[in-house]
Amino acid sequence: MTYDLRMGMATRDAYGKMLVEIGREDPNVVALDADLSKSTKTALFGKEFPGRFFNAGICEANMVSMAAGLASCGKIPFISSFSVFLMNKGFDQLRMCVAYPGNNVKVIVSHGGISIGEDGPSQQSIEDIALACSLPGFIVNVPADEVATRALVRAAHAHRGPVFMRVGRPKTPIVYDEGEPFEFGKGKTLITGDDLAIVTCGGLVAEAIRAADALERIHSLYATVIDMHTIKPLDIELLVSAAKRTRAVIVAEEALPDGGLCSAVARCLAEHCPTPIAFVALPDAYAESGTPAQLLEKYGLNSKGIEAAALRLAKRKASACREQPVA
Amino acid sequence: MIAAQKAQPEKLAEVAREIRRCVVRMIGEAGSGHPGGSLSIVELVTAMFFGGMRHDPTNPQWMDRDRFILSKGHGCPTLYAVLAEAGYISKESLMTLRKLGSPLQGHPDKRFLPILEASTGSLGQGLSIGIGMALAARLDGRPSLTYVLLGDGEIQEGQIWEAAAFAGHHKLDTLIAIVDYNKIQLDGFLKDILNMEPMAAKWKAFGWETREIDGHDFDQIFQAIKPVSGRPLAVIAHTIKGKGVSFMENNPEFHGVAPTRDELEKALAELA
Ligand SMILES: Cc1ncc(C[n+]2csc(CCOP(=O)(O)OP(=O)(O)O)c2C)c(N)n1
Ligand SMILES: [Mg+2]
Repeated sequence: MTYDLRMGMATRDAYGKMLVEIGREDPNVVALDADLSKSTKTALFGKEFPGRFFNAGICEANMVSMAAGLASCGKIPFISSFSVFLMNKGFDQLRMCVAYPGNNVKVIVSHGGISIGEDGPSQQSIEDIALACSLPGFIVNVPADEVATRALVRAAHAHRGPVFMRVGRPKTPIVYDEGEPFEFGKGKTLITGDDLAIVTCGGLVAEAIRAADALERIHSLYATVIDMHTIKPLDIELLVSAAKRTRAVIVAEEALPDGGLCSAVARCLAEHCPTPIAFVALPDAYAESGTPAQLLEKYGLNSKGIEAAALRLAKRKASACREQPVA
Repeated sequence: MIAAQKAQPEKLAEVAREIRRCVVRMIGEAGSGHPGGSLSIVELVTAMFFGGMRHDPTNPQWMDRDRFILSKGHGCPTLYAVLAEAGYISKESLMTLRKLGSPLQGHPDKRFLPILEASTGSLGQGLSIGIGMALAARLDGRPSLTYVLLGDGEIQEGQIWEAAAFAGHHKLDTLIAIVDYNKIQLDGFLKDILNMEPMAAKWKAFGWETREIDGHDFDQIFQAIKPVSGRPLAVIAHTIKGKGVSFMENNPEFHGVAPTRDELEKALAELA
């Protein structure tokens, strides 16, 4: 299978448009934002349904608990802000008012990761996926492109219970054909190869496809690429079968390596199919200002970073095989 | 220790003009940033570093200095330009704003620029940091005053009012909050999103002295920031978001969008 990866819209734009569509279909859908509706694109919903849109002001904690109240009375609130502010400032409220009682609140946050660029670390959300994964009962997902975003926003609306979704600021290449079906907890195998498996999510899916292409062309290494759009619950079956086939797994995630996809994959494989793993994620530090491309390059969160990790992993795999006692 | 000399108001008006030119050029050059809320605080920040505060550019770590926290961190281009004008950083560095490796990060970052009093950018926390600094000065018997510049949208954050109650309760009269009351937040006008009126009455109710001024008038600023005995002081500075550039003034569109090349030229012509 080949991918042309033509540039699509930012996943936040796809979210904003889809939310309007869902709002037309379901009068119970309400939206809340915390003074970032122009950036998260919930402003589109606010424009079409002013009566069902509430701008909380710069009050993330209050917004989360208000959404819980709305949800407990049968409304379906979609709440948005920059990921960093909603998740960090609203975390106890997410815990006490959403996760713990299991309220039907959809937490759709934009500007995840470091690819927001120039604004710098205060606006770069690198802990959000770990925080979301730590909340019992939450579905946690990071769509790869606009097609996946549309489908997963729909799935979030259909699901009863809390959902976290991270959408991004920059325009993102299109991976999927329009209409591709998505289900929470069911990852997508985009490329199949037997030498290693690249498991990733969000904007890095396109980078993984590029890396797989280069690995095959330049190094004759055949990679499997899995879009693990749902980090929680993890698609254990898919992951274990890929690990069994390839015996080498790379996890790439635009976040800190602890608590999110990297941790989830490591835990799953440790339990079900111990496999050499390499991680492509942020170091244990806050980043800095720069263009999105510069930052992704500096921190190795692009196809080059994945390729380099693949080559290191291939060596480890080879030496692990040599060390294996002959039966 | 010598505090920076208080300049004449006419001189300061010229400094403010120069700061504005720097700010629009910096943001234009960077291609991103927050012109509106940077331009509204030019006189306020200039006044702090040119007569308002006791500080010493030749000895930035002087323990007895007054402290200035830009709680609304997105206004940092103005802070950087004033720091350059006051001699803390080089003027050449200004055009590196927001570029990879620059000390002038998109929001104030102490790791890259240690002379900053705090790293900010997540709104709502500067007043509490200021309380901590004022308490430390009180404990150590130092004369330092602590100034915190807040956005009017920023004070919607609940933490601001937790801090306000604490400072009022503890009669922290070395703490001065300045509210950049430009009436606009990110998504639009405060009156349409979340009205914070009556502004002065809110601070008063928490035990603060309040003064309302024109935040673009140096004389009024210098008068207003003098602390009072026995309670913290809130200066409500009425300002114009985007002040000095006609098409940015009072225009929510220029909260967080850089001027294009053409707009930059127009802005610089107006500020010439
Ligand atoms: C906690 C938090 N929430 C949201 C933001 C995003 N944000 C940056 S500036 C801004 C509006 C601030 O309005 P105001 O305080 O009035 O600033 P000014 O008008 O001076 O630009 C928002 C919502 C943020 N930086 N921090
Ligand atoms: Mg404002």
